[in-house]
Amino acid sequence: MADAVTARRPSRRRRGAGITPWLFISPWILGFVCFTLGPLIFSLTMSFYDWPVVGERTFVGADNYRTMLTEDPQFWHSLGVTVKFAAIFVPLNIAVSFLLAVLLNTKVRGTAFFRTAFYLPSVISGVALVTIWSWIYSQRYGLLNYLLGQSGTEGVNWLGDPGWAVVAIVVASLWGLGGTMLILLAGLQSIPKELYEAARMSGVPPWAQAIHITLPMLSPMLLFTFITSIISAFQQLTIALLLTEGGPLGSTYFFAMYIYETAFRFHDMGYAAAMSWVMFVIILALSLLVMRSSSAWVHYEGEMKGKGGTDG
Amino acid sequence: MARTFTYSALIFLSALFIAPFLWTLITAVKSDAELVAYPPVFWPETWHWENFAIAWTKHPFNIFLQNSVIIVILSTIGQLFSSSLVAYGFARFRFPGRDAIFILLLATMMIPWDVKMIPLYMEFNYLGWINTLKPLIVPAWFGEAFFVFLLRQYIMTIPMEIDEAARMDGANAWQIYWRIHLPLMVPALVLVGTFHFMNAWNDYLGPLIYLNDQSKYTLTLGLALLKGLHNEADINSIAAITIILCGPPLALFFFAQRYIMDNALGSSVKG
Repeated sequence: MADAVTARRPSRRRRGAGITPWLFISPWILGFVCFTLGPLIFSLTMSFYDWPVVGERTFVGADNYRTMLTEDPQFWHSLGVTVKFAAIFVPLNIAVSFLLAVLLNTKVRGTAFFRTAFYLPSVISGVALVTIWSWIYSQRYGLLNYLLGQSGTEGVNWLGDPGWAVVAIVVASLWGLGGTMLILLAGLQSIPKELYEAARMSGVPPWAQAIHITLPMLSPMLLFTFITSIISAFQQLTIALLLTEGGPLGSTYFFAMYIYETAFRFHDMGYAAAMSWVMFVIILALSLLVMRSSSAWVHYEGEMKGKGGTDG
Repeated sequence: MARTFTYSALIFLSALFIAPFLWTLITAVKSDAELVAYPPVFWPETWHWENFAIAWTKHPFNIFLQNSVIIVILSTIGQLFSSSLVAYGFARFRFPGRDAIFILLLATMMIPWDVKMIPLYMEFNYLGWINTLKPLIVPAWFGEAFFVFLLRQYIMTIPMEIDEAARMDGANAWQIYWRIHLPLMVPALVLVGTFHFMNAWNDYLGPLIYLNDQSKYTLTLGLALLKGLHNEADINSIAAITIILCGPPLALFFFAQRYIMDNALGSSVKG
C-alpha cells in the first residue's frame, strides 16, 4: 500500500518541525538571554561587589547585604515607607475597583460611558498624572483646599506635611485604577446569572447573595489583582520622584527611590543591585504567601466552566 | 430607588475621575492673572489658546516630539512583529520543552523592573547605547511576555483546519504566519499596538535613565524639565504640555476602546 509514502511524510514533517518552531520563538529566546537572564545574573554578581560606575570594583562577599540589614537606617526607613504605602494602597485599590465594577455591572443605561470615564486616567503618562495632581494639591491655589475651604474645613498642606504626603500619593495612584477595575468587572460579568436567579427563587437576600455567590466566584480575580497591586505598590517610583521628590522629611522616600538614587545619583551600583534583589525576594515572598493563603479563600469553579457557564 | 442611588454614585464618581482632566485644560487656557486668583477661576474670561503655542517654544519641544515619535513608531512595529512571530511559534507547533519555556515566559512578567534597571544600564553603557534612542527601541524587537501570551491565546481560537488547508496548497510555515495568521490577528494586534504605544509614549523612567542630552529628550522628559523649573507664572504652560502629552494616548484609547473592552470583558470582536 502507500505505507512507504505515509511513513515518510510524517517523519519528514517532524524533522521539519524540529527547527521551524525554534526559529519562530527565537526572538523571545534571544531577548530573554540578552535583556532578562543575562541582566539578572549580572546584577546578582554585582550585588557581591563594591561596584562604582567609574573606578576599581572589589569583591566584598555579602557585605552589601550585611550593611543594608545592620548599618543602614535609610534602607529600613525607605522599606517602611513602601510597606506603609502598600498597606494603604493595596486594599483601597481593590476595594474602590470592586465598588466601581459592581456599580458598572448593574443594568443601568450609559455604563459604557461611565466605564470609559473610570478607565481614562490609566491611559496617560505618570508625568502627566503628577503635573495634574500637583495643582489639585497645591496649598495656596489648589482645587482641593479651595473645596475644603468652601465646606468649612481648614486646608491642608498636602505635599508639605509628612503625615499627608503619603495619602496624597495614594489618592493620585488610585486615580489610575482602571486596569484593576476592568479585571474585576470581567470577573463579575462571567458569573452565571442562573446562580443569582436560583438564589432569588429560594429567598436568599441580596447581601447573602453577595457573600455566598459574588465573593467566592470573584475570588480568583481578587487574588490576581491582589498580587499585581502588591507588585505595583512596591515599584512605586515615578509619582514619588516627581510629586514629592521623596519629601517632606523623607516621608515619601520609597524603597524603589532609594535604589534608584543609590545607582544613579550616588553611583554605588553594587549596593543598589543588592537592594534590588532584596526587593525581588520580598515581592516573590509576598506573592507566594498570598498564593499559599489562597487555598483557604479562593474558590475555583472547576466543573461549572465546562458545563454551562460560558454563554455569559 | 436602587436605580437612583446607582446613577448618583456613578455620576459623582465619574466626575471625580474626569474633573482633573478638565481642570488641567482650564488651567492651560487661563491668563497669568487668573492662574493665581483666589478663589480659583473656574471659567476663564477668554480662553487663551495661544498658551499652547507659547508653551511649545519654552523648550525645544519639536525635537522632544520627534524623539518620542521615532521611539514609539519603531518600537511598536518591532513589538507587533516579534510578539506575533513568537506567539505563532508557541500556538501552532509541538516541540520538546515548549510548555516549560512558555511557563518561563509567563514567569518573566513577575520580575520587577528595578532588578533589571541597573544591569541593563551597564549593558547599554557597554554597547555605547547610552544617550541614544536604541535602549528604548531595540528590546521591543524581541517580544514581550504579556503580548506573546495575549496573541497566543488569540491564535489558539482560530481553527487548525485553516492551517491544514493552506499547507495542502503548499504554503510553508512562514507563509501561513504571514499571509493567514497575521491578517486574522488584526484585532489582537490593535490591542497589543495600543498597549505598547501607550507604554512607550508614557515612559518616563526609561528615558530618564538612558538619555542625557536635551537633544535626545522625549516629551515626558520635556514636561518634567518644564515642571522642574516652574514658577507660578509657568503653570499654564505646564498644563498645556500636559494636555498635549495626554492627547495621543487618549485619542488612541477612544479608537481602540472597543478592542480593549471586548478583550477584557470577553465578548467576541471578530465581525
